[in-house]
Amino acid sequence: MVQGKVFKYGDNVDTDVIIPARYLNAPSPAELAKHCMEDIDADFVSNVKAGDIMVGGANFGCGSSREHAPISIRAAGISCVIAASFARIFYRNAINIGFPILECPEAAEKINAGDEVTVDFDTGVITDLTTGETFKATAFPAFINGIIENGGLLPYLKAKQAKEN
Amino acid sequence: MGMTMTQKILAAHAGLDSVKAGDLIEAKLDIVLGNDVTTPVAIDVFEKAGFDRVFDKDKIAIVLDHYTPCKDIKSAELCATARNFARKHSITHFYDVGQVGIEHALLPEKGIVGPGDCIIGADSHTCTYGALGAFSTGVGSTDMAAGMIAGENWFKVPAAIKVNLVGKFNKHVSGKDVILHLIGMIGVDGALYKSIEFAGEGVAELSMDDRFTIANMAIEAGGKNGIFPVDEKTLDYIKGRFTRPVKIYEADPDAEYEREVTIDLSTLKPTVSLPHLPSNTKTVDEVKGMPIDQVVIGSCTNGRISDMRIAAEILKGRKVADGIRCIVIPATQEVYMQCITEGLTEIFITAGCAVSTPTCGPCLGGHMGCMAAGERAVTTTNRNFVGRMGHVKSEVILASPAVAAASAVAGCVADPNDLN
Repeated sequence: MVQGKVFKYGDNVDTDVIIPARYLNAPSPAELAKHCMEDIDADFVSNVKAGDIMVGGANFGCGSSREHAPISIRAAGISCVIAASFARIFYRNAINIGFPILECPEAAEKINAGDEVTVDFDTGVITDLTTGETFKATAFPAFINGIIENGGLLPYLKAKQAKEN
Repeated sequence: MGMTMTQKILAAHAGLDSVKAGDLIEAKLDIVLGNDVTTPVAIDVFEKAGFDRVFDKDKIAIVLDHYTPCKDIKSAELCATARNFARKHSITHFYDVGQVGIEHALLPEKGIVGPGDCIIGADSHTCTYGALGAFSTGVGSTDMAAGMIAGENWFKVPAAIKVNLVGKFNKHVSGKDVILHLIGMIGVDGALYKSIEFAGEGVAELSMDDRFTIANMAIEAGGKNGIFPVDEKTLDYIKGRFTRPVKIYEADPDAEYEREVTIDLSTLKPTVSLPHLPSNTKTVDEVKGMPIDQVVIGSCTNGRISDMRIAAEILKGRKVADGIRCIVIPATQEVYMQCITEGLTEIFITAGCAVSTPTCGPCLGGHMGCMAAGERAVTTTNRNFVGRMGHVKSEVILASPAVAAASAVAGCVADPNDLN
């Protein structure tokens, strides 16, 4: 369960605005976090607090394959991203690093910037404490849950190899 | 129910008789690719998770193309990390300055990828190799690490969109106009999670370079991959390059497509994408005259020899307009050398262009052509997002090599058909 204030953005938030390529030459999470979202929301980094929640529209994370994008969002303090839909590479990358993302078009539409929101990852229930509305996110398939439960793709792979040997 | 080309390749690599859209599978990989931006992140997770061996040194490609020749000390450190890893693990397909080209032009040219392959690359434009009749898709760094470790990865079998191509091109229309038109038609998420399967008599009209350009931008419609059927042109292209056994997959006649669209090549006009989304398309005659500051001809989308020839044909005997910076970047050393032997380099330099060694450079606002606030470029690259080629207040207009070259000469967005 996480709780935080919402930072809301529109459709087609691309990886170039999440973390511009000019910062990809220094890929440490702390360094990337300093520049997260700066081309569309210069104040994001100074306003975000640990545990806050990002809400986006359709096709969130489109564009480049840079894993630096979910890494920078997480390192900035965001606890999860809720969107109407995710671009597929961003979706894989978030799962692979064990960063929770939820697909929920209704929540993405109705939650407002600045609302206080809780997310229960076990049930997929999203609650907007400010408006009192609740939403149910699409559940992950069991296979993906396995990756998340192991803490990401590589620990999952390590566990799988250990089992085979 | 029959399978699409993509589904057949995935089924074969998962050791299954058949798959259907939505199935989660684990498929064997023929090639795992990374570049100087994504490989160091993959190496970090690879080593932190306690792995010390790659599955097959011959099936990994590491291509230092984004910030090379290194633009600064931080980039040099990234390249050093990738270089040391490649040496430590004796990676066969490792390309550094002097041999390197832009990855998605380089791998087909070197015969590292071919028909029927299952390929992942930690670069979103890895979908380019679908032009060869391969399943090829972009992934992140952790996926690259997993691929390097296990030689396989997980996939959700995609549903498909079929794009029927009919007719023949008019003058100054090429593959870039096809893909920009398609993205304008279906939107930047029109193919989200799906494969884009090209088919129809119009495929034969397309050169391999046109097909690479089209497959390259499947991701710009949200696609998982774009794929072309294998024909004589494909087999001619791979001759003398690709040495592994060729596996040709064809879609079943009763394969299922979620959506079918038809593009009549003879109705296409030179097309551009205005800022700030690739789907924001107009035909060039609707927007010609827009002032510009820079032109870039190159990239994994349009840096191949046909692109260079198209640009040179327009620039021959003409001059880049006053106040315009025109940067030409052949995508690989082979293309660069061809430009020299065919006299294209002389045409570019005489016209007033800067000709660069292969690099992704300006396409992602890395180096070799970043823009200041308020500047605008016509480029043959693949993305026009906010801040993509430099300052957050600079603008990118995507176009074909013909439109880019004509715009360099005119000093504004221009239709190549208007040149005297």
